[in-house]
Amino acid sequence: MSVLVIAEQRDGALNRASWETIAAAQQTGEPVWIAVAGNGIDAVANDLAAAGCERVIAVDHPALGTYTADGYVLALAGLIGREQPALVFLPHTYQTRDFAPALAARLDRPLITDVTAVKKEGERTLYVRPMFQGKLSADVAASGPAPHLVTCQIGAFRADAVTRGASAAPIEKAAVDLDASKIRQKPEEPFKEAKQAVDLSQAARIVAIGRGIKGQENIKVAEQLAQALGAEVAASRPICDAGWLPMDRQIGSSGQTVAPKLYVALGISGAIQHLVGMKGSRTIVAINKDADAPIFEVADYGIVGDLFEVVPAIVAELNKT
Amino acid sequence: MKIAVCIKQVVTREWQLRVDDQKTWIRDADASFELNEPDAYALEEALRLKEKHGGEVVVCCAGPARATQVIREALARGADRAIHVESDALATADAASIAAALAAAIKDEQVDLVLTGLQSDDQGFGQVGVVLAERLGMPHATIIMEVQVDSGAMRVKRELEGGWFQWVTLPLPALLTIQSGINQLRYATLKGIMAAKKKEIRKVTPAAAAAAASQQIVALYVPEKGKKTQLLGGSAADAARELVAKLRDEARVIQ
Repeated sequence: MSVLVIAEQRDGALNRASWETIAAAQQTGEPVWIAVAGNGIDAVANDLAAAGCERVIAVDHPALGTYTADGYVLALAGLIGREQPALVFLPHTYQTRDFAPALAARLDRPLITDVTAVKKEGERTLYVRPMFQGKLSADVAASGPAPHLVTCQIGAFRADAVTRGASAAPIEKAAVDLDASKIRQKPEEPFKEAKQAVDLSQAARIVAIGRGIKGQENIKVAEQLAQALGAEVAASRPICDAGWLPMDRQIGSSGQTVAPKLYVALGISGAIQHLVGMKGSRTIVAINKDADAPIFEVADYGIVGDLFEVVPAIVAELNKT
Repeated sequence: MKIAVCIKQVVTREWQLRVDDQKTWIRDADASFELNEPDAYALEEALRLKEKHGGEVVVCCAGPARATQVIREALARGADRAIHVESDALATADAASIAAALAAAIKDEQVDLVLTGLQSDDQGFGQVGVVLAERLGMPHATIIMEVQVDSGAMRVKRELEGGWFQWVTLPLPALLTIQSGINQLRYATLKGIMAAKKKEIRKVTPAAAAAAASQQIVALYVPEKGKKTQLLGGSAADAARELVAKLRDEARVIQ
């Protein structure tokens, strides 16, 4: 029994979701192997070797330098076929969502997506995943021959729970038999549309605003708090639909999923579409006039009150040294 | 160009979900149903591509008899005809089974393009489109925000995370999963609804040897509320002082 984690890197940097997935794999109690694909990824492999795992496998090939679904499916299907892990864990990122279903189909193995917890029930492993947009949870069992493939919801497992190895794990180079002419997608360079667009998933602190902010002219209230906390400003969907903040600052099922150390929700009621994007945050503060707002169900600290009174008071308190 | 659009019928977002007696599905006997919203964007994109480049839009649905409701709606919005892979088991089927049923229906249609929504509002696998591409032997791209078609090839804008995008070129035939919000949805006109009544819905029975389910729902339940909230009261200044102290000393998320 071993769990193979497919870590994700871009331009030599691992994302946090990869570490979360390693934590999930370690929590199964089975031996962990970590594979990473790309081109010229020695440094990334070295980073991964610090994690408590049996081995790190570098799937290094010129045709994997830029991500393509076909390239990843070809390389990883070969790797999994050779190594025969019992389970394959992947982070539930946009990139995984692009290739993992095809990988599972090519291997003819089940893929269980967006998993938030792994439970043992006797001999059987159950995977917890959201259904009906998070209104319900399901315990799902996979059947048929190994390996079963599992994607881990971003923020559901704690990256800081990854255990380190006593010494660095051995790094192997996988033999990659990859015919680049079989790759049908021709990608161009990634780009950003909005100027100064931020990757909120990497922010340590976030101040998010909802309908309770009432008007675009009031956003400065949230910006002052963000500045005092060293936080990024984000929003729920209605704020971005109204054009008060750019779409790339939207948190939720149709926006970004984040898990910062601190998430401060100002005037956000907490519709499920928003909660799925932020409930993995370590500490959640909710400030809302409505004591029954669902946001308080996920909050660690709540203040029922007028954000236009409370927020300036917090800013004043933070600025006292 | 000939475009197949895959759609799913799901319970409406407003429906009060209740778990059934077996605790493995919802009580949907008296539920109200609607077109899966992400699929509506895929349909809209197909209709726009047809308006621009000509051709035909074929709606494909794998679901029970009641799914005829959303097939009619898609025809009323402008699709030309439909294929309905009909089976009660498909109402709760896993992604691999649904993709197998759709692949069987589409494979002899010689389509240039297959469009699906990003994921369904019910089970939310986010897999059917990509598995279908693999089964049809087509290249695919996911979470698409713009589609440009040029003779024999296609250039599409993929949404990446964190505000990043990427153009990808791929040969036809191909499959795309469409991101919600790519376009403005149209609604059926009375004329469209009347015209839909005359459009063909071809019924297909899934092959008996359809793929066996490889994942099963063992239990379905309302998620537990994970947290106890500390409510901080008093004046705004009192609450602010207490909050900052707790963030510093208890949660340790600020200095």
